[in-house]
Amino acid sequence: MFTLINTILIGLTSGSVYALMAIALVLVWRSTRVVNFAQAGQALLSTYIGFECIGRFHSFWVALIVAMILGAAVSALIEVIFMRTLFKRNTGPIAGVAPIIATLGLLGIIRGGIGIFMGGKEAIIRPPLSNVGFTVAGHTLAFSPFKLVIVSAVLVMMIGLSVVFTKTNIGLALRASAYAPEIARLAGVKVDAIRTLGWSIAGAAGAAAGMLQTPNGTGALSPDSLEFSLLLVFGFIAAVIGGLESLIGAVIGGLLLGLVLAVVLMYVNATLLFVTAFVLLIVVLLVRPQGIMGKKAGRRA
Amino acid sequence: MTLIVNDLCVDHGAIRALDGVSMQVERGQLAAVIGANGAGKTTLLRTLSGLKSATSGSATWKDQNLLHSKPEKLVRFGVSHVSEGKSVIPELSVEENLNLGALWRRNAKESAETRVKIFETFPRLQERSAQLADTLSGGERQMLAIGRALMSKPDLLLLDEPSLGLAPLVIAQIFTSIRELTTQMGLTVVLVEQNAMSALEIADIGIVLNLGRVAAKGSAQSLIDNPQVRAAYLGY
Repeated sequence: MFTLINTILIGLTSGSVYALMAIALVLVWRSTRVVNFAQAGQALLSTYIGFECIGRFHSFWVALIVAMILGAAVSALIEVIFMRTLFKRNTGPIAGVAPIIATLGLLGIIRGGIGIFMGGKEAIIRPPLSNVGFTVAGHTLAFSPFKLVIVSAVLVMMIGLSVVFTKTNIGLALRASAYAPEIARLAGVKVDAIRTLGWSIAGAAGAAAGMLQTPNGTGALSPDSLEFSLLLVFGFIAAVIGGLESLIGAVIGGLLLGLVLAVVLMYVNATLLFVTAFVLLIVVLLVRPQGIMGKKAGRRA
Repeated sequence: MTLIVNDLCVDHGAIRALDGVSMQVERGQLAAVIGANGAGKTTLLRTLSGLKSATSGSATWKDQNLLHSKPEKLVRFGVSHVSEGKSVIPELSVEENLNLGALWRRNAKESAETRVKIFETFPRLQERSAQLADTLSGGERQMLAIGRALMSKPDLLLLDEPSLGLAPLVIAQIFTSIRELTTQMGLTVVLVEQNAMSALEIADIGIVLNLGRVAAKGSAQSLIDNPQVRAAYLGY
Protein backbone atom coordinates (compact mmCIF):
# COMPACT_ATOMS: atom_id res chain seq x y z
CA MET A 1 0.00 0.00 0.00
CA PHE A 2 2.71 2.45 0.99
CA THR A 3 4.68 1.52 -2.06
CA LEU A 4 1.70 2.46 -4.21
CA ILE A 5 1.18 5.77 -2.41
CA ASN A 6 4.88 6.54 -2.70
CA THR A 7 4.82 5.67 -6.37
CA ILE A 8 2.01 8.12 -6.98
CA LEU A 9 3.74 10.83 -4.93
CA ILE A 10 7.03 10.39 -6.77
CA GLY A 11 5.18 10.42 -10.07
CA LEU A 12 3.31 13.61 -9.26
CA THR A 13 6.42 15.44 -8.08
CA SER A 14 8.64 14.56 -11.02
CA GLY A 15 5.69 14.77 -13.40
CA SER A 16 4.91 18.33 -12.40
CA VAL A 17 8.48 19.38 -13.19
CA TYR A 18 8.33 17.60 -16.56
CA ALA A 19 5.03 19.41 -17.15
CA LEU A 20 6.73 22.75 -16.52
CA MET A 21 9.42 21.95 -19.05
CA ALA A 22 6.80 20.66 -21.48
CA ILE A 23 4.88 23.94 -21.12
CA ALA A 24 8.05 25.83 -22.02
CA LEU A 25 8.49 23.72 -25.16
CA VAL A 26 4.81 23.99 -26.11
CA LEU A 27 4.80 27.79 -25.73
CA VAL A 28 7.77 28.13 -28.06
CA TRP A 29 6.34 25.61 -30.50
CA ARG A 30 3.03 27.45 -30.59
CA SER A 31 4.54 30.86 -31.10
CA THR A 32 7.27 30.07 -33.65
CA ARG A 33 6.78 26.42 -34.72
CA VAL A 34 10.21 25.54 -33.44
CA VAL A 35 11.12 22.71 -31.09
CA ASN A 36 13.55 24.56 -28.89
CA PHE A 37 16.34 22.19 -27.87
CA ALA A 38 18.17 25.17 -26.39
CA GLN A 39 15.52 25.18 -23.66
CA ALA A 40 17.72 22.80 -21.62
CA GLY A 41 20.63 25.24 -21.96
CA GLN A 42 18.45 28.22 -21.10
CA ALA A 43 17.12 26.41 -18.03
CA LEU A 44 20.67 25.53 -17.01
CA LEU A 45 21.82 29.13 -17.48
CA SER A 46 18.84 30.39 -15.48
CA THR A 47 19.57 27.92 -12.71
CA TYR A 48 23.20 29.07 -12.60
CA ILE A 49 21.89 32.63 -12.33
CA GLY A 50 19.67 31.40 -9.50
CA PHE A 51 22.69 29.79 -7.84
CA GLU A 52 24.61 33.08 -7.97
CA CYS A 53 21.59 34.88 -6.53
CA ILE A 54 21.36 32.49 -3.61
CA GLY A 55 24.97 33.37 -2.80
CA ARG A 56 24.11 37.06 -2.92
CA PHE A 57 20.62 37.29 -1.40
CA HIS A 58 20.69 34.14 0.77
CA SER A 59 17.14 33.31 -0.21
CA PHE A 60 16.15 30.48 -2.52
CA TRP A 61 12.79 32.10 -3.24
CA VAL A 62 14.24 35.46 -4.24
CA ALA A 63 16.70 33.54 -6.42
CA LEU A 64 13.86 31.58 -7.99
CA ILE A 65 12.04 34.79 -8.93
CA VAL A 66 15.22 36.43 -10.27
CA ALA A 67 16.09 33.29 -12.25
CA MET A 68 12.62 33.25 -13.80
CA ILE A 69 12.77 36.95 -14.72
CA LEU A 70 16.26 36.73 -16.21
CA GLY A 71 15.37 33.39 -17.83
CA ALA A 72 12.46 35.19 -19.52
CA ALA A 73 14.76 38.02 -20.61
CA VAL A 74 17.35 35.65 -22.08
CA SER A 75 14.62 33.76 -23.92
CA ALA A 76 13.19 37.00 -25.32
CA LEU A 77 16.65 38.05 -26.49
CA ILE A 78 17.20 34.71 -28.21
CA GLU A 79 13.91 35.13 -30.07
CA VAL A 80 14.54 38.75 -31.10
CA ILE A 81 18.22 38.53 -32.02
CA PHE A 82 18.66 34.92 -33.05
CA MET A 83 15.37 33.42 -34.25
CA ARG A 84 14.11 36.45 -36.19
CA THR A 85 17.38 36.69 -38.12
CA LEU A 86 17.27 32.96 -38.73
CA PHE A 87 13.76 33.11 -40.15
CA LYS A 88 14.66 36.08 -42.33
CA ARG A 89 17.84 34.54 -43.77
CA ASN A 90 16.64 31.00 -44.32
CA THR A 91 14.44 30.23 -47.28
CA GLY A 92 13.84 27.21 -49.44
CA PRO A 93 14.15 23.59 -48.33
CA ILE A 94 16.40 24.35 -45.37
CA ALA A 95 13.89 26.80 -43.87
CA GLY A 96 11.83 24.05 -42.23
CA VAL A 97 14.65 22.41 -40.29
CA ALA A 98 17.24 25.17 -39.98
CA PRO A 99 15.71 26.80 -36.88
CA ILE A 100 15.43 23.49 -35.03
CA ILE A 101 18.99 22.47 -35.83
CA ALA A 102 20.05 26.00 -34.90
CA THR A 103 18.54 25.60 -31.42
CA LEU A 104 20.72 22.49 -31.02
CA GLY A 105 23.72 24.65 -31.89
CA LEU A 106 22.56 27.24 -29.41
CA LEU A 107 22.28 24.54 -26.74
CA GLY A 108 25.93 23.67 -27.32
CA ILE A 109 26.96 27.32 -27.24
CA ILE A 110 25.13 28.02 -23.99
CA ARG A 111 26.55 24.92 -22.32
CA GLY A 112 30.02 25.73 -23.63
CA GLY A 113 29.71 29.31 -22.41
CA ILE A 114 28.67 28.18 -18.96
CA GLY A 115 31.58 25.73 -19.01
CA ILE A 116 34.05 28.54 -19.73
CA PHE A 117 32.80 30.87 -17.02
CA MET A 118 31.54 28.49 -14.38
CA GLY A 119 33.21 25.20 -15.24
CA GLY A 120 35.76 25.03 -12.46
CA LYS A 121 33.42 26.24 -9.78
CA GLU A 122 31.50 23.90 -7.53
CA ALA A 123 27.83 24.78 -7.68
CA ILE A 124 25.30 23.18 -5.39
CA ILE A 125 21.77 24.34 -4.68
CA ARG A 126 20.33 22.98 -1.47
CA PRO A 127 16.61 22.64 -0.86
CA PRO A 128 15.26 25.67 1.03
CA LEU A 129 12.99 23.40 3.06
CA SER A 130 13.43 19.94 4.47
CA ASN A 131 13.53 17.33 1.76
CA VAL A 132 13.12 14.51 4.29
CA GLY A 133 9.87 12.66 3.74
CA PHE A 134 6.85 13.06 5.98
CA THR A 135 6.39 10.18 8.38
CA VAL A 136 2.96 8.61 8.59
CA ALA A 137 2.30 5.70 10.96
CA GLY A 138 5.94 4.78 11.12
CA HIS A 139 6.41 4.83 7.35
CA THR A 140 8.43 7.48 5.56
CA LEU A 141 6.62 8.88 2.55
CA ALA A 142 8.42 9.86 -0.62
CA PHE A 143 6.98 13.29 -0.11
CA SER A 144 8.71 16.07 1.79
CA PRO A 145 7.85 19.68 2.65
CA PHE A 146 10.04 20.76 -0.29
CA LYS A 147 8.33 18.36 -2.69
CA LEU A 148 4.99 19.68 -1.50
CA VAL A 149 6.20 23.19 -2.34
CA ILE A 150 7.37 22.02 -5.79
CA VAL A 151 4.00 20.52 -6.61
CA SER A 152 2.13 23.56 -5.24
CA ALA A 153 4.39 26.03 -7.03
CA VAL A 154 3.90 24.24 -10.33
CA LEU A 155 0.15 24.08 -9.71
CA VAL A 156 -0.01 27.81 -8.97
CA MET A 157 1.99 28.64 -12.11
CA MET A 158 -0.26 26.46 -14.24
CA ILE A 159 -3.44 27.98 -12.87
CA GLY A 160 -1.92 31.42 -13.34
CA LEU A 161 -1.00 30.64 -16.93
CA SER A 162 -4.39 29.19 -17.77
CA VAL A 163 -6.12 32.27 -16.32
CA VAL A 164 -3.85 34.53 -18.38
CA PHE A 165 -4.44 32.48 -21.51
CA THR A 166 -8.21 32.15 -21.27
CA LYS A 167 -9.35 35.30 -19.44
CA THR A 168 -7.12 38.16 -20.55
CA ASN A 169 -6.60 40.17 -23.70
CA ILE A 170 -2.93 39.23 -23.78
CA GLY A 171 -3.94 35.58 -23.54
CA LEU A 172 -6.35 35.99 -26.45
CA ALA A 173 -3.60 37.62 -28.49
CA LEU A 174 -1.20 34.79 -27.56
CA ARG A 175 -3.67 32.12 -28.62
CA ALA A 176 -4.72 33.89 -31.81
CA SER A 177 -1.09 34.44 -32.84
CA ALA A 178 -0.37 30.76 -32.23
CA TYR A 179 -3.35 29.41 -34.16
CA ALA A 180 -3.53 31.86 -37.05
CA PRO A 181 -0.79 34.49 -37.17
CA GLU A 182 -2.06 36.07 -40.38
CA ILE A 183 -5.60 36.56 -39.11
CA ALA A 184 -4.21 37.85 -35.82
CA ARG A 185 -2.16 40.45 -37.69
CA LEU A 186 -5.17 41.47 -39.77
CA ALA A 187 -7.06 41.93 -36.50
CA GLY A 188 -4.34 44.30 -35.31
CA VAL A 189 -2.35 41.98 -33.02
CA LYS A 190 1.37 42.77 -33.01
CA VAL A 191 2.29 39.16 -33.63
CA ASP A 192 6.07 39.69 -33.49
CA ALA A 193 5.86 41.15 -30.01
CA ILE A 194 3.45 38.43 -28.92
CA ARG A 195 5.93 35.80 -30.15
CA THR A 196 8.65 37.33 -28.04
CA LEU A 197 6.27 37.25 -25.10
CA GLY A 198 5.59 33.54 -25.71
CA TRP A 199 9.32 32.86 -25.68
CA SER A 200 9.81 34.80 -22.48
CA ILE A 201 7.05 32.95 -20.62
CA ALA A 202 8.69 29.74 -21.83
CA GLY A 203 12.05 30.98 -20.54
CA ALA A 204 10.53 31.65 -17.12
CA ALA A 205 8.85 28.22 -17.03
CA GLY A 206 12.11 26.49 -17.97
CA ALA A 207 13.97 28.48 -15.31
CA ALA A 208 11.42 27.40 -12.69
CA ALA A 209 11.76 23.77 -13.78
CA GLY A 210 15.55 23.93 -13.43
CA MET A 211 15.47 25.76 -10.10
CA LEU A 212 12.98 23.33 -8.57
CA GLN A 213 14.41 20.13 -10.04
CA THR A 214 18.05 20.73 -9.13
CA PRO A 215 17.75 20.84 -5.29
CA ASN A 216 15.22 18.02 -5.43
CA GLY A 217 17.90 15.81 -7.01
CA THR A 218 21.56 15.85 -6.08
CA GLY A 219 21.64 19.66 -6.02
CA ALA A 220 24.82 19.73 -8.06
CA LEU A 221 25.05 21.92 -11.16
CA SER A 222 27.53 21.34 -13.93
CA PRO A 223 27.81 22.69 -17.47
CA ASP A 224 27.34 19.20 -18.91
CA SER A 225 24.64 18.27 -16.43
CA LEU A 226 22.90 15.03 -17.40
CA GLU A 227 19.96 16.07 -15.26
CA PHE A 228 19.14 18.98 -17.58
CA SER A 229 19.42 16.81 -20.67
CA LEU A 230 16.93 14.42 -19.08
CA LEU A 231 14.71 17.35 -18.19
CA LEU A 232 14.67 18.38 -21.85
CA VAL A 233 14.03 14.85 -23.10
CA PHE A 234 11.28 14.13 -20.58
CA GLY A 235 9.75 17.57 -21.10
CA PHE A 236 9.76 16.97 -24.83
CA ILE A 237 8.17 13.53 -24.45
CA ALA A 238 5.52 15.02 -22.15
CA ALA A 239 4.83 17.78 -24.67
CA VAL A 240 4.48 15.32 -27.54
CA ILE A 241 2.23 13.03 -25.49
CA GLY A 242 0.09 16.11 -24.85
CA GLY A 243 -0.08 16.98 -28.54
CA LEU A 244 2.63 19.71 -28.62
CA GLU A 245 -0.07 22.36 -29.11
CA SER A 246 -1.92 22.26 -25.84
CA LEU A 247 -0.90 23.59 -22.44
CA ILE A 248 -3.34 21.26 -20.68
CA GLY A 249 -1.95 18.45 -22.83
CA ALA A 250 1.56 19.33 -21.64
CA VAL A 251 0.44 19.09 -18.01
CA ILE A 252 -1.36 15.78 -18.54
CA GLY A 253 1.60 14.47 -20.55
CA GLY A 254 4.01 15.49 -17.81
CA LEU A 255 2.01 13.89 -15.01
CA LEU A 256 1.38 10.74 -17.03
CA LEU A 257 5.06 10.37 -17.85
CA GLY A 258 5.95 11.02 -14.20
CA LEU A 259 3.55 8.34 -13.00
CA VAL A 260 4.62 5.74 -15.54
CA LEU A 261 8.30 6.33 -14.73
CA ALA A 262 7.54 6.12 -11.01
CA VAL A 263 5.84 2.74 -11.50
CA VAL A 264 8.91 1.50 -13.38
CA LEU A 265 11.20 2.89 -10.68
CA MET A 266 9.31 1.35 -7.77
CA TYR A 267 8.07 -1.92 -9.20
CA VAL A 268 10.43 -2.82 -12.02
CA ASN A 269 13.94 -1.51 -12.27
CA ALA A 270 15.48 1.96 -12.20
CA THR A 271 17.74 1.11 -15.12
CA LEU A 272 14.67 0.86 -17.35
CA LEU A 273 13.59 4.48 -16.73
CA PHE A 274 15.10 5.95 -19.84
CA VAL A 275 13.95 3.27 -22.22
CA THR A 276 10.42 3.35 -20.76
CA ALA A 277 10.12 7.05 -21.48
CA PHE A 278 11.02 6.48 -25.10
CA VAL A 279 8.76 3.46 -25.43
CA LEU A 280 5.91 5.59 -24.11
CA LEU A 281 6.77 8.28 -26.67
CA ILE A 282 6.77 5.78 -29.53
CA VAL A 283 3.55 4.12 -28.38
CA VAL A 284 1.76 7.48 -28.24
CA LEU A 285 3.12 8.46 -31.64
CA LEU A 286 1.97 5.14 -33.14
CA VAL A 287 -1.39 4.85 -31.44
CA ARG A 288 -2.41 8.48 -31.13
CA PRO A 289 -0.03 10.57 -33.23
CA GLN A 290 -1.93 13.78 -32.56
CA GLY A 291 -1.19 13.37 -28.84
CA ILE A 292 -3.73 13.20 -26.05
CA MET A 293 -5.13 16.69 -26.49
CA GLY A 294 -4.20 17.22 -30.13
CA LYS A 295 -6.86 17.46 -32.80
CA LYS A 296 -7.38 14.50 -35.07
CA ALA A 297 -7.50 16.33 -38.38
CA GLY A 298 -4.86 18.80 -39.44
CA ARG A 299 -5.69 22.42 -38.93
CA ARG A 300 -7.83 23.93 -41.59
CA ALA A 301 -6.26 26.86 -43.39
CA MET B 1 -11.40 60.22 -48.37
CA THR B 2 -10.89 58.41 -51.59
CA LEU B 3 -9.03 55.18 -52.14
CA ILE B 4 -6.67 55.91 -55.00
CA VAL B 5 -4.63 53.11 -56.50
CA ASN B 6 -2.19 54.29 -59.11
CA ASP B 7 -0.12 52.16 -61.49
CA LEU B 8 0.28 49.42 -58.89
CA CYS B 9 2.66 46.58 -59.73
CA VAL B 10 3.12 43.54 -57.52
CA ASP B 11 5.33 40.51 -58.15
CA HIS B 12 5.21 36.97 -56.85
CA GLY B 13 8.83 36.08 -57.40
CA ALA B 14 9.34 36.18 -61.16
CA ILE B 15 5.63 36.40 -61.90
CA ARG B 16 3.95 39.77 -62.19
CA ALA B 17 0.62 39.42 -60.39
CA LEU B 18 -0.54 43.01 -60.73
CA ASP B 19 0.64 45.00 -63.73
CA GLY B 20 -0.11 48.72 -63.56
CA VAL B 21 -3.47 48.61 -61.81
CA SER B 22 -5.16 51.98 -61.32
CA MET B 23 -8.54 52.47 -59.70
CA GLN B 24 -10.41 54.92 -57.56
CA VAL B 25 -13.10 54.26 -54.96
CA GLU B 26 -14.93 57.25 -53.48
CA ARG B 27 -15.85 57.35 -49.83
CA GLY B 28 -18.98 55.33 -49.07
CA GLN B 29 -18.80 53.43 -52.33
CA LEU B 30 -18.86 49.68 -52.67
CA ALA B 31 -16.46 48.58 -55.39
CA ALA B 32 -16.65 45.07 -56.84
CA VAL B 33 -13.40 43.68 -58.22
CA ILE B 34 -14.21 40.76 -60.48
CA GLY B 35 -12.20 38.48 -62.72
CA ALA B 36 -11.15 34.90 -63.24
CA ASN B 37 -8.85 32.82 -61.05
CA GLY B 38 -5.33 34.23 -61.11
CA ALA B 39 -6.45 37.67 -62.28
CA GLY B 40 -4.75 39.26 -59.26
CA LYS B 41 -7.84 40.04 -57.19
CA THR B 42 -6.57 38.51 -53.97
CA THR B 43 -3.12 40.00 -54.52
CA LEU B 44 -4.71 43.44 -54.81
CA LEU B 45 -6.39 43.10 -51.41
CA ARG B 46 -3.33 41.58 -49.75
CA THR B 47 -1.26 44.50 -51.01
CA LEU B 48 -3.76 47.07 -49.76
CA SER B 49 -3.86 45.51 -46.28
CA GLY B 50 -0.08 45.22 -45.97
CA LEU B 51 0.23 41.43 -46.19
CA LYS B 52 2.07 41.69 -49.50
CA SER B 53 4.60 44.30 -50.52
CA ALA B 54 4.28 46.18 -53.78
CA THR B 55 6.99 46.49 -56.41
CA SER B 56 5.97 49.92 -57.63
CA GLY B 57 3.05 52.32 -57.83
CA SER B 58 1.01 53.81 -55.04
CA ALA B 59 -2.17 53.30 -53.04
CA THR B 60 -3.45 56.09 -50.85
CA TRP B 61 -6.30 56.21 -48.36
CA LYS B 62 -7.15 59.30 -46.33
CA ASP B 63 -4.20 60.95 -48.11
CA GLN B 64 -1.72 58.44 -46.72
CA ASN B 65 0.28 55.81 -48.52
CA LEU B 66 -0.91 52.31 -47.63
CA LEU B 67 2.00 50.49 -49.22
CA HIS B 68 4.98 49.23 -47.21
CA SER B 69 3.07 49.29 -43.92
CA LYS B 70 2.37 46.31 -41.68
CA PRO B 71 -1.20 44.98 -41.47
CA GLU B 72 -1.34 45.54 -37.70
CA LYS B 73 -0.53 49.19 -38.33
CA LEU B 74 -3.02 49.59 -41.17
CA VAL B 75 -5.83 48.17 -39.02
CA ARG B 76 -5.26 51.07 -36.64
CA PHE B 77 -5.50 53.37 -39.65
CA GLY B 78 -8.96 52.05 -40.50
CA VAL B 79 -8.16 49.32 -43.04
CA SER B 80 -9.78 45.96 -42.23
CA HIS B 81 -9.22 42.90 -44.38
CA VAL B 82 -11.31 39.72 -44.43
CA SER B 83 -8.92 37.34 -46.14
CA GLU B 84 -9.91 34.53 -48.46
CA GLY B 85 -11.55 31.40 -47.06
CA LYS B 86 -13.55 32.53 -44.04
CA SER B 87 -10.89 34.16 -41.97
CA VAL B 88 -11.93 33.09 -38.52
CA ILE B 89 -9.92 31.16 -35.95
CA PRO B 90 -11.72 27.82 -35.41
CA GLU B 91 -10.04 27.15 -32.06
CA LEU B 92 -11.49 30.33 -30.54
CA SER B 93 -15.08 30.98 -29.56
CA VAL B 94 -17.30 33.26 -31.61
CA GLU B 95 -17.04 35.92 -28.94
CA GLU B 96 -13.24 35.63 -28.80
CA ASN B 97 -13.02 35.94 -32.59
CA LEU B 98 -15.00 39.16 -32.37
CA ASN B 99 -12.99 40.47 -29.40
CA LEU B 100 -9.79 39.81 -31.32
CA GLY B 101 -10.71 42.52 -33.81
CA ALA B 102 -11.12 45.05 -31.01
CA LEU B 103 -8.10 44.11 -28.87
CA TRP B 104 -6.10 47.16 -29.89
CA ARG B 105 -9.02 49.52 -29.28
CA ARG B 106 -8.80 51.10 -25.87
CA ASN B 107 -12.44 52.17 -25.67
CA ALA B 108 -14.44 49.22 -24.33
CA LYS B 109 -17.73 51.10 -24.58
CA GLU B 110 -17.24 51.81 -28.27
CA SER B 111 -16.33 48.18 -28.90
CA ALA B 112 -19.50 47.07 -27.13
CA GLU B 113 -21.54 49.37 -29.37
CA THR B 114 -19.92 47.88 -32.46
CA ARG B 115 -20.70 44.41 -31.18
CA VAL B 116 -24.38 45.32 -30.73
CA LYS B 117 -24.44 46.54 -34.32
CA ILE B 118 -22.86 43.30 -35.56
CA PHE B 119 -25.33 41.19 -33.59
CA GLU B 120 -28.22 43.22 -35.07
CA THR B 121 -27.00 42.40 -38.55
CA PHE B 122 -26.03 38.79 -37.79
CA PRO B 123 -28.27 37.55 -34.93
CA ARG B 124 -26.92 34.04 -35.43
CA LEU B 125 -23.57 35.16 -34.09
CA GLN B 126 -25.17 36.31 -30.85
CA GLU B 127 -26.96 32.98 -30.43
CA ARG B 128 -23.67 31.17 -30.91
CA SER B 129 -21.34 33.58 -29.19
CA ALA B 130 -20.09 31.00 -26.66
CA GLN B 131 -19.52 28.25 -29.24
CA LEU B 132 -16.21 27.51 -30.88
CA ALA B 133 -15.99 29.02 -34.36
CA ASP B 134 -15.17 25.49 -35.52
CA THR B 135 -18.80 24.50 -34.96
CA LEU B 136 -20.21 27.20 -37.27
CA SER B 137 -21.57 26.62 -40.75
CA GLY B 138 -19.78 28.16 -43.73
CA GLY B 139 -22.17 31.09 -43.89
CA GLU B 140 -21.91 31.76 -40.17
CA ARG B 141 -18.14 31.70 -40.42
CA GLN B 142 -18.25 34.31 -43.13
CA MET B 143 -20.53 36.45 -40.97
CA LEU B 144 -18.09 36.04 -38.10
CA ALA B 145 -15.14 36.97 -40.32
CA ILE B 146 -16.92 40.14 -41.41
CA GLY B 147 -17.96 40.82 -37.82
CA ARG B 148 -14.35 40.45 -36.65
CA ALA B 149 -13.21 42.93 -39.29
CA LEU B 150 -15.92 45.40 -38.26
CA MET B 151 -14.87 45.15 -34.60
CA SER B 152 -11.68 46.95 -35.63
CA LYS B 153 -13.87 49.92 -36.55
CA PRO B 154 -12.69 50.23 -40.13
CA ASP B 155 -13.56 52.91 -42.63
CA LEU B 156 -12.07 50.88 -45.49
CA LEU B 157 -13.23 47.27 -45.58
CA LEU B 158 -11.53 44.75 -47.88
CA LEU B 159 -13.56 41.58 -48.50
CA ASP B 160 -12.02 38.60 -50.29
CA GLU B 161 -14.57 36.21 -51.84
CA PRO B 162 -17.19 36.13 -49.11
CA SER B 163 -19.29 33.84 -51.32
CA LEU B 164 -16.64 31.11 -51.53
CA GLY B 165 -18.15 27.68 -50.95
CA LEU B 166 -21.55 28.98 -49.85
CA ALA B 167 -25.04 28.02 -51.01
CA PRO B 168 -26.81 30.57 -53.27
CA LEU B 169 -29.38 31.47 -50.63
CA VAL B 170 -26.67 32.13 -48.03
CA ILE B 171 -24.71 34.18 -50.56
CA ALA B 172 -27.75 36.36 -51.22
CA GLN B 173 -28.22 36.92 -47.50
CA ILE B 174 -24.57 37.81 -46.88
CA PHE B 175 -24.42 40.16 -49.87
CA THR B 176 -27.55 41.96 -48.67
CA SER B 177 -25.91 42.37 -45.27
CA ILE B 178 -22.71 43.70 -46.85
CA ARG B 179 -24.70 46.31 -48.75
CA GLU B 180 -26.62 47.33 -45.61
CA LEU B 181 -23.49 47.57 -43.49
CA THR B 182 -21.74 49.67 -46.12
CA THR B 183 -24.53 52.21 -46.08
CA GLN B 184 -25.31 52.16 -42.37
CA MET B 185 -21.73 52.34 -41.14
CA GLY B 186 -20.53 54.69 -43.88
CA LEU B 187 -17.88 52.22 -45.01
CA THR B 188 -15.88 52.22 -48.18
CA VAL B 189 -15.70 48.64 -49.42
CA VAL B 190 -13.56 46.76 -51.92
CA LEU B 191 -15.28 43.45 -52.59
CA VAL B 192 -13.30 40.85 -54.51
CA GLU B 193 -15.51 38.20 -56.09
CA GLN B 194 -15.58 35.41 -58.64
CA ASN B 195 -19.33 35.46 -58.28
CA ALA B 196 -19.41 38.48 -60.57
CA MET B 197 -23.14 39.00 -60.98
CA SER B 198 -23.96 38.90 -57.26
CA ALA B 199 -21.12 41.31 -56.57
CA LEU B 200 -22.01 43.80 -59.31
CA GLU B 201 -25.66 43.80 -58.22
CA ILE B 202 -24.82 45.29 -54.82
CA ALA B 203 -21.85 47.36 -55.97
CA ASP B 204 -21.67 51.02 -56.96
CA ILE B 205 -18.68 50.58 -59.24
CA GLY B 206 -16.90 47.62 -60.74
CA ILE B 207 -13.37 46.80 -61.82
CA VAL B 208 -12.64 43.84 -64.06
CA LEU B 209 -9.16 42.37 -63.65
CA ASN B 210 -7.63 40.10 -66.24
CA LEU B 211 -4.12 38.65 -65.81
CA GLY B 212 -3.11 41.44 -63.48
CA ARG B 213 -4.43 44.31 -65.58
CA VAL B 214 -7.61 46.35 -65.48
CA ALA B 215 -9.71 45.05 -68.40
CA ALA B 216 -12.73 47.27 -67.76
CA LYS B 217 -14.08 49.60 -65.11
CA GLY B 218 -17.04 51.85 -64.56
CA SER B 219 -20.34 51.97 -62.75
CA ALA B 220 -21.59 48.55 -61.74
CA GLN B 221 -24.61 48.94 -64.02
CA SER B 222 -22.46 49.87 -67.01
CA LEU B 223 -20.45 46.66 -66.53
CA ILE B 224 -23.58 44.58 -66.25
CA ASP B 225 -24.74 46.17 -69.52
CA ASN B 226 -21.39 45.74 -71.25
CA PRO B 227 -21.72 42.84 -73.75
CA GLN B 228 -18.07 41.81 -73.50
CA VAL B 229 -18.12 41.72 -69.70
CA ARG B 230 -21.40 39.82 -69.84
CA ALA B 231 -19.97 37.23 -72.18
CA ALA B 232 -16.68 36.79 -70.32
CA TYR B 233 -17.67 37.07 -66.66
CA LEU B 234 -21.41 37.00 -66.20
CA GLY B 235 -21.98 34.00 -68.39
CA TYR B 236 -24.90 35.11 -70.52
